[in-house]
Amino acid sequence: MKKLMLGNAAFARGLYEAGVTVVSSYPGTPSTEITEFAAEYDEIYAEWAPNEKVAMEVALGASIAGSRSFCGMKHVGLNVAADPLYTASYTGVNGGMVIAVADDPGMHSSQNEQDSRHHAIASKVLMIEPSDSAECKEFTKTAFELSEKFDTPVIIRMSTRVAHSQSAVELCERAEPVQKEYVKNPQKYVMMPAFARGRHVFVGERTQKLIEYAETSPLNKVIDNGGEIGIITSGVSYQYAREAMGNGASYLKLGVVNPLPVKLIKDFCAKYKKVYVIEELDDIIESHCKKLGLYVVGKELFGYMGEISQAIVAEKLLGKKNDFTAFDGDVPVRPPVMCAGCPHRGLFYCLSKNKIRVSGDIGCYTLGASAPLSAMDTTICMGASISALHGFNKARGEEAEKSTVAVIGDSTFMHSGMTGLVNIAYNATNSTVIILDNSITGMTGHQQNPTTGKNLKGDPAAAVNLEELCKAIGIKRVRVVDPYNLAETEAAIKEELAVSEPSVIISRRPCALLKYVKHKPALKVVTDSCKGCKMCLKLGCPAISVRDGKAVIDHTQCVGCGICSEVCRFGAISE
Amino acid sequence: METRSIMIVGVGGQGSLLASRLLGNVLLAQGYDVKVSEVHGMSQRGGSVVTYVKYGDEVFSPVIEKGEADVIISFEQLESARWLPYLKKGGKLITSTQKLDPMPVITGNAEYPENIIEKIKAAGIQVTAADALSLAEEAGNSKASNVVLMGVVAASTDFDDKLWQDAIEQCVPPKFLELNKKAFELGRKAAV
Repeated sequence: MKKLMLGNAAFARGLYEAGVTVVSSYPGTPSTEITEFAAEYDEIYAEWAPNEKVAMEVALGASIAGSRSFCGMKHVGLNVAADPLYTASYTGVNGGMVIAVADDPGMHSSQNEQDSRHHAIASKVLMIEPSDSAECKEFTKTAFELSEKFDTPVIIRMSTRVAHSQSAVELCERAEPVQKEYVKNPQKYVMMPAFARGRHVFVGERTQKLIEYAETSPLNKVIDNGGEIGIITSGVSYQYAREAMGNGASYLKLGVVNPLPVKLIKDFCAKYKKVYVIEELDDIIESHCKKLGLYVVGKELFGYMGEISQAIVAEKLLGKKNDFTAFDGDVPVRPPVMCAGCPHRGLFYCLSKNKIRVSGDIGCYTLGASAPLSAMDTTICMGASISALHGFNKARGEEAEKSTVAVIGDSTFMHSGMTGLVNIAYNATNSTVIILDNSITGMTGHQQNPTTGKNLKGDPAAAVNLEELCKAIGIKRVRVVDPYNLAETEAAIKEELAVSEPSVIISRRPCALLKYVKHKPALKVVTDSCKGCKMCLKLGCPAISVRDGKAVIDHTQCVGCGICSEVCRFGAISE
Repeated sequence: METRSIMIVGVGGQGSLLASRLLGNVLLAQGYDVKVSEVHGMSQRGGSVVTYVKYGDEVFSPVIEKGEADVIISFEQLESARWLPYLKKGGKLITSTQKLDPMPVITGNAEYPENIIEKIKAAGIQVTAADALSLAEEAGNSKASNVVLMGVVAASTDFDDKLWQDAIEQCVPPKFLELNKKAFELGRKAAV
């Protein structure tokens, strides 16, 4: 029976059918659901690791032990895991090891739009790329066979549109997992210079074998419709090209994207008068063709940024544009916002009100950068808030220390914030770090983390005690505030900025969307008392707006957090 | 059959994922090749969200571009205006009458346009409007307005009722099944 499945769910099904037994990942849009769905199979052990580097090392350890293993991450996560990746390429595997990396062209939910194929090229590992859910499942199963056959980790490159589109998938039985024998083999697994030199030779030979494989791999497909136009493409770009051009072009759809075949591409190009390369982000396939001396057209039409679509292909190749009717009038933008009742709002209100500089980080709280709170100066990557604050403070001295904070979520702190805090304690700046502990990994859709006391399956687990951890790191001033209590939160921020030693404020209140969080009844505006001063609008709460000069609260959104009644000077907001 | 395209647009948190999954399951059960493209992550947080549902003999691209949608199902008036250019000439808009102020309107930097539905009708677009929010509240929970709208959609298609009921049972947790079935019925009646 065919089932409609998300690309990520089909990927997880592929893990199940391939007999995978160990999964370790860190959540990151658009890769998160692979691991969540994998965890639903009782036969698979699945966990959230504190970060991608740890996850990949867990997967490699499991592979060396003889089991089929997996780790999943988003594109920027692979930067964090690059260290083990580049050496896992040398060690190779015992049980098959597959890595999912999900790119995000168009930056739907990311801080950059890097092309992960570069990591496959640089680390010299096999990378394959599916273009729909059925392929997500089949490619995953094939990836484990290839991993074991060629002794290499295999990266499966996903993208937002493949990961988060549902299409039909045919389900199969699970292969009985076979744990391979573990034999001590330092020449293969101890990567000190003497042994690594030998493995580098192996990697070179393996690359040649992988190129030979790519020439005839069933993952690469030629769809020959005759004609004069040939299109070389991969992943979701193939779907765009096929929809726009139909049978009016022939296609070389590359499932193996590293290493790229040579003869297959040369033969394809020889058949058509005009050959286009359609690939999102960088010009990896196009450059490969040009290195082979082939004349192809790609980036000069499609550029290096954002997503491609069938409309873009039709416009660039056929000069066709769709007719449409636009709305007669201005349409205000609707950017994402912190939810009604979000515990981050109170904290950012206090920072904004006091014009404090904020070194930001990656998570829901990055939305604190948006108007009207506008309380963020920098956001770079996971964990950078704390280390960048230390650098900022070292550069500008006391003036900065008294007026700048770092904000970081509980999960991000576990991921890579801790080491920055160690640096603050060790190398001594009077920095103030605020950990926004909402008891969950929020932005990616509520994943457990080492501070929540639950594991991926929802079972009880050891919980990191943030207060004790910060103290053990060497921060003497550690205090906890409730961000729904604005007076307490504001006072704490002012006090900790004023003192001449490093400090941590833990702003603690669970995410308002968590199922166990009980909401209070929606608040109401006492219209007669409301002066229309719009102070409450400074909170940027989506439940509050103004109608006919008076504040109104949308009862379908309000969860009764009460911070609007704290900022109202006229007592006009009540239960 | 040529591929047909349906867009579901609204505000993050309004439940467009459930609506698109319902529709996708009904279409798959009808024997079509189906692709449903969703949005997760940051844009879900109260931002403008869109999901694409495409079906036919063989569907390639999972996304819908300007001038390609046969139907747009909108959970909110301003989103109807925003995504209108995606409607094909001769396409149809099914919209909830609900209004949600976006942050630039809340902060006073922009105004919520007036008479959106009237203006869209005046442009010659076929529009079905329903007060999905009130009907959802009548069914027992304002969050069920997504399923109310799917009831409105069901009324304008000739898919077997059993397919819709099966899809609701597949996609909705048992605890909320009765509520959602009621919401679906109210939507279907409202459309007639």
